[in-house]
Amino acid sequence: MTVIIGLEIHCQLNTKTKLFCGCSTDYRDDGPNTHVCPVCLGLPGTLPVTNKQAVIYALRVAKALHCEVPAFSEFARKNYFYPDLPKAFQITQYDKPLALGGYIEIEAEGGGEKRIELTRIHMEEDPGRLVHKGSGDRGRYTLVDYNRSGVPLIEIVTEPQLSSPKEARRFLNKLRATLEYLGIYDSEREGSLRVDANISIKGYERVEVKNITSYKGVEKALTFEITRQKGMIRRNAQIVRETRHYQEARGVTTSARSKEMEHDYRYFPEPDLAPLEVSSWVEEIALPELPDARRDRFMQQYGISQNHARTLTGDLKLAEFFEEVTSGMPEIAAPWTADILLGELNYRDMPVTKVPNLHYRALLEEVKKGSVTDTSAVEVLRLILNQVMEGQAPEMPGVIIARLGLSKEEGESFVEVVASVLKENEAAVADHRSGKAGAINFLVGQVMKATRGRADPKEIARIIGDLLKD
Amino acid sequence: MVTKEDVAHIATIADIGVDDSELELFTGQFNAILEYFGVLDSVEGGADAVHSRTNVFREDLVKPSLLNDEVLMNAQDPEDGFIRAPRVI
Ligand SMILES: [Zn+2]
Repeated sequence: MTVIIGLEIHCQLNTKTKLFCGCSTDYRDDGPNTHVCPVCLGLPGTLPVTNKQAVIYALRVAKALHCEVPAFSEFARKNYFYPDLPKAFQITQYDKPLALGGYIEIEAEGGGEKRIELTRIHMEEDPGRLVHKGSGDRGRYTLVDYNRSGVPLIEIVTEPQLSSPKEARRFLNKLRATLEYLGIYDSEREGSLRVDANISIKGYERVEVKNITSYKGVEKALTFEITRQKGMIRRNAQIVRETRHYQEARGVTTSARSKEMEHDYRYFPEPDLAPLEVSSWVEEIALPELPDARRDRFMQQYGISQNHARTLTGDLKLAEFFEEVTSGMPEIAAPWTADILLGELNYRDMPVTKVPNLHYRALLEEVKKGSVTDTSAVEVLRLILNQVMEGQAPEMPGVIIARLGLSKEEGESFVEVVASVLKENEAAVADHRSGKAGAINFLVGQVMKATRGRADPKEIARIIGDLLKD
Repeated sequence: MVTKEDVAHIATIADIGVDDSELELFTGQFNAILEYFGVLDSVEGGADAVHSRTNVFREDLVKPSLLNDEVLMNAQDPEDGFIRAPRVI
């Protein structure tokens, strides 16, 4: 059963003001309905005027994603009745969007690159935020906050060319990194990237899944929906064309009520806004170095592997961090940052911007000098990260190494420890003598444990070999 | 021509209850309004005037918003700075 996935991604542009009025978009710490004006409330007699910076940001994305920008584009009204829109319509773009076509290249299954084509990119205003209150049939009501109403969005629509949730995740990671490199969006702002997905099994009806509010939820939502559809096909049940909502907390999709599906938006060109003729601007837009180019430069400049380069450039802040700490020792900084540091950060849900450069760099130098084993260095790193997380001033690695006695000692000083480990593990020794491959690893592990990681595993293996020779 | 069915359909989408006599009345009113547009259509070059200008922009400069009290002035029964709406889901 072939899976077909297309995505629609909404991205908030980080302009200072809203798309059609001068209200500030920086409302994070403010109360509801404090960043609204007659324009974004849709009061009678007001006129919207397009924010030039928002158009420039959208064009920056269009250029970076290789889109074509038509000579003429215009805004349109999408009419629907819902309290998140004070005007009873949303200003968006319909048949004349800002940009057409384009593509993003992602890492293909089994190596190489796979090109995912885009259908279009259009601009629109974000609706307000609704908070549903009360319970039971009578008590329920909805609270409305229009602070978000009118924040500029771009909607990026892909062709249905993604064939697995994993590919969708890779696509979104690449897109998110690109948007971040372009400096047009704030990844730390909640809800700044939202995803809808169209999912079908080849030969069957397509289902739209809405409400995937975090891009991290996408893989989970897609996996659930594909499993559901495959299950229905196996049971010979009919898949109906419908809209489903993703329930993040439960990890499931549920059918939207049919009334919400009544698509009768009666689009027409927005009469209050002048159309756009901005295709000539594209040439003047300067693009920064983007993730692919940076990945290739990392491989060339630092001589690191493609995998490490891809991981390190997959996030702007991480790439910048790596370049700050790597000087003179990329062969250590690359695996440490991509394999070890990133894992420790994910585990703590800690942003890379909080890692103290000076301390991390000093730790890498200790590793390079060989004054600690990798195991001990990880212990030091964890301690430093925990100190930062707890709001303490982190200790320098040298101080920690001395305080905890983590200095790597020469192999010979461990001979006694090795000997006692061998004595205590006669069964493993016998296994080793009879040629069982895993036995030596077990014994090395026991010595590492006994020395709290201060020994060099290779050295230990050598000593074990020596002691068991006779 | 707007038909009674068109009006009934729009009323459903908007969640507005309309009875039969109102349906008749509104259909007539819609058609009367559309006749005015017919007059506009007959003006030579009239419709083009709307989109004679392109690229009208403002700079990305913050202007003061309304005070929360002002925003809620026309709202019935606001709650903690929010506007209160009937339940929608
Ligand atoms: Zn406003």
